[in-house]
Amino acid sequence: MKFTEEHEWLRVEGDVVVVGITEHAAEQLGDIVFVDLPDTGTEVTKDEEIVVIESVKAASDILAPIDGEIVEVNGALEDAPSTVNEDPIGGGWIFKIKASDASQMDDYMDEAAYKEFIG
Amino acid sequence: MSELRQTPLNALHKELGGKMVPFAGYEMPVQYGLGVMKEHQHTRASAGLFDVSHMGQVIVRHADGYAGAAKAMESLVPVSLLALGEKRQRYGFFTNEEGGILDDLMLANRVDHLFVVVNAACKEADIAHMRAGLEGCEIEEIEGRALLALQGPASEGVLEPIAPGCDAMRFMDVGIFASDYGELWISRSGYTGEDGYEISVPDEHAEAFARALLAHDAVEPIGLGARDSLRLEGGLCLYGNDIDTTTSPVEASLNWAIQKVRRRGGDREGGFPGAARILDELENGASRARVGLRPESRAPMREGTHLYKEAEGGDPVGSITSGAFGPTIEGPMSMGYVSSELAAEGTKLFGEVRGKRQPVTVAAMPFTSANFKR
Repeated sequence: MKFTEEHEWLRVEGDVVVVGITEHAAEQLGDIVFVDLPDTGTEVTKDEEIVVIESVKAASDILAPIDGEIVEVNGALEDAPSTVNEDPIGGGWIFKIKASDASQMDDYMDEAAYKEFIG
Repeated sequence: MSELRQTPLNALHKELGGKMVPFAGYEMPVQYGLGVMKEHQHTRASAGLFDVSHMGQVIVRHADGYAGAAKAMESLVPVSLLALGEKRQRYGFFTNEEGGILDDLMLANRVDHLFVVVNAACKEADIAHMRAGLEGCEIEEIEGRALLALQGPASEGVLEPIAPGCDAMRFMDVGIFASDYGELWISRSGYTGEDGYEISVPDEHAEAFARALLAHDAVEPIGLGARDSLRLEGGLCLYGNDIDTTTSPVEASLNWAIQKVRRRGGDREGGFPGAARILDELENGASRARVGLRPESRAPMREGTHLYKEAEGGDPVGSITSGAFGPTIEGPMSMGYVSSELAAEGTKLFGEVRGKRQPVTVAAMPFTSANFKR
């Protein structure tokens, strides 16, 4: 798994990359009440705001971590957004992206570096 | 950054895991370990303890006792205070010459004086306003007393052993009770839409008193986050968001707080700042109204969201002043102002969220049914 400074995690599964937010981010956001998912088929650019997570506190943007095409979104979050709090790196995944340039992932942190990053 | 003030419960908040944030010049807990959602639900199901010591407590005295203080105060608020019974409390607001709202407050008849509780952010201005405007009155800002709110259906059972007799109080009764924690000034009220109490306790007993309440399994400490979602579900205004100097009481749909005796044709008609506008709006209506709003999707529509009549085009017909997710109603809720002709319950409007217009319906408030002990 790779981690971004925006507190997203990326996991390669075959030819797609699964993306979610880290446990640390989920804790900071508080109880999540709504996830505004992108449409599948959307072409996205790295650092583009593509998802909005609404918690009891505020709305937060989730950025596309890499260039590519959104090939699947986690529709289960529409009815059960709290899954992102309960199981952020499992059932709380948010979208799957087909990378147009997988080397963009190389700069991201591994788990040890991320743990150090969040202190 | 200027130094934040602390309440007498500051150390206890930190010990309990409170996440502290600046609020109205004070360091206050926004949430504890349970988190906003569970704290909210616990308050409605059982009981929640809130530190509201940042609010201002003021005693207004007059040579003629309560009646003298009440008569003077009627020159600053459009509320009937002379008719308020002994040991009874009433909601009201200071108005300005333009008919806007300077602050909202609680006013209590404590037999030989008038007791007032005002918002933290406004308290200095309110006290100056009272000193300048209340003829023949002595204004005492109470120092050295914390203010706690115990809210939720289990509150009565928790407080009764500490303050025997408080179980007989009805909604908006006030009383002074001797206790192991010094003299408690208790009102059966709050700002969550639940039954409960607000309790003023001497600073030196505040922490022990809070610990005694928290010792009950029924009671959890609750932060400002859940206080906000609870009051919004209860349809209650937050000063600075939903009401301010630019909103009149009639626009704010607070007509119920202005008794007939202060209205046109009443025995004590007018005589408060902004009366010309407010009395006119009471008779003829205002151009806009504060309403409840329920978004159709799960996405909350927050403060500042513009409202439109149509899915596309046109100018805004209003905007949202408070919006959040309601844990009890399990959905988003907002309040805001719309043109009066669009204020009827069931009116379909659109709120623009992140550039997309989303359907929203004008709805009755409170969003949850209030559980006061009448």
